[in-house]
Amino acid sequence: MKKTALTGVHEELGARMVPFAGYYMPLQYEGVTAEHHTVRNGVGVFDVSHMGEFVVSGEQAEAFLQKVTSNDVSKLTDGKVQYSCLPNEDGGIVDDLLVYRLSGTEYMLVVNASNISKDWDWLQQHNSFGVTLKDRSDEISLLAVQGPKATEALQSLTNIDLSSMKYYTFEKGTFAGVEDVIVSATGYTGSGGFEIYFENKHAEKVWKAVFEAGAPQDIKPIGLGARDTLRMEKGFCLYGNDIDDTTSPIEAGLGWITKFSKDFINKDELLAQKERGTDKRLVGFEMIDRGIPRQSYTIQNEKGETIGRVTSGTQSPTLGKAIGMGYINPDLAKPGSIIYIEVRNKSLKAEVVTLPFVK
Amino acid sequence: MDFPKELKYTKDHEWVRIDGDVAWVGITDFAQSELGDIVFVEIDTEGEELDIEEVFGSVEAVKTVSDLFMPVSGEILELNSKIEESPELVNTDPYGEGWMIKIKLSDTSELDSLLSADAYKEVIGA
Repeated sequence: MKKTALTGVHEELGARMVPFAGYYMPLQYEGVTAEHHTVRNGVGVFDVSHMGEFVVSGEQAEAFLQKVTSNDVSKLTDGKVQYSCLPNEDGGIVDDLLVYRLSGTEYMLVVNASNISKDWDWLQQHNSFGVTLKDRSDEISLLAVQGPKATEALQSLTNIDLSSMKYYTFEKGTFAGVEDVIVSATGYTGSGGFEIYFENKHAEKVWKAVFEAGAPQDIKPIGLGARDTLRMEKGFCLYGNDIDDTTSPIEAGLGWITKFSKDFINKDELLAQKERGTDKRLVGFEMIDRGIPRQSYTIQNEKGETIGRVTSGTQSPTLGKAIGMGYINPDLAKPGSIIYIEVRNKSLKAEVVTLPFVK
Repeated sequence: MDFPKELKYTKDHEWVRIDGDVAWVGITDFAQSELGDIVFVEIDTEGEELDIEEVFGSVEAVKTVSDLFMPVSGEILELNSKIEESPELVNTDPYGEGWMIKIKLSDTSELDSLLSADAYKEVIGA
């Protein structure tokens, strides 16, 4: 089991630690619900150093990324970030990722921890562009400082003007006395905030500085449990749950990051899917009957016929209702459709709703 | 973590408070802590006669769901209606306001199979 540079800190704080994607990670500190509300209403800090970072460099870096990712990399300028995915050749997704343009010839890719080696092999295999790939995952720590009070909590630590940063941009600067830190206005919570990348050796110092600077905002540590409920309320896909090697970006509602104006792996099949429609579609639903949908539960129509499966589900702390996502055939995918979730041998009523659950 | 001496326990992390041929049942402090924030408790077996170790309901936490097992055989006389509205009572007061069911024992000899507080602590390694 791998550790992050902050594992000892989490243990000292009394976090419940669990294995996740091969890493020993904090699931919760004071409790998922309280941590969830901290991020929605205040500010919280996640250690997400398990995430992978690859650096792609060379004259052909953009051409290479155009080929392997679904979004249009040519839209990026220095300091901009893009959400994208790596389509495979069979209509599925190798991984979803963030693409950072460091310069015209250098990019950073941020990938899921569970997919680091799979992505690495995939990128190597498709590198007919002569670009240099570097896996920096084991050297880089990542803190996500998220919530409406993130800017005021962190501003005293850096020369970067945080309040002027637009969503999905980043800057390199000094942060907590450490040089060359990447501060990125991104996150997986839908509550605003920053993701901060720096070398492992600075991890404890940066963590401590963030908690000192954020003390007036009552900043708190947040575990992976709340990370999951926060992202689900916003309808963000989680690789391994809502998207995987067998689901296409079109089915997953990721058409907005699939740009057919350029050539990329499996473009023709995905374009055909977009034009003729798909057999299944990822939807969000809210439970009407009392019960909580969970991954792999069966979704049925009124007649009790199986029409799909739940990919993610939880009790939404913000809404106080049970919510879920899953793939179903398109005729019942319209908001307002009634579907049934098979929860522990009972068929419970649910309604398809528009994502995100929490606006 | 607290395990009152006057209660009996099961390896399935339930506690039993015995009063003659009636018993109150809930889940232990250890169980609520392992489950995390409890969002609802589903019990629809009121009035039913169930055997020892049969499932009488389930408890849903944010991250997981778990069955509830009869610690002894008996008829379910009453449910704690308070935890329907406020399931978090199971987290905050597992041995008091967070109780789950009241049962009429059908075989008091089964009580011998229950664990003492010390024996239960050994089970969970506390």
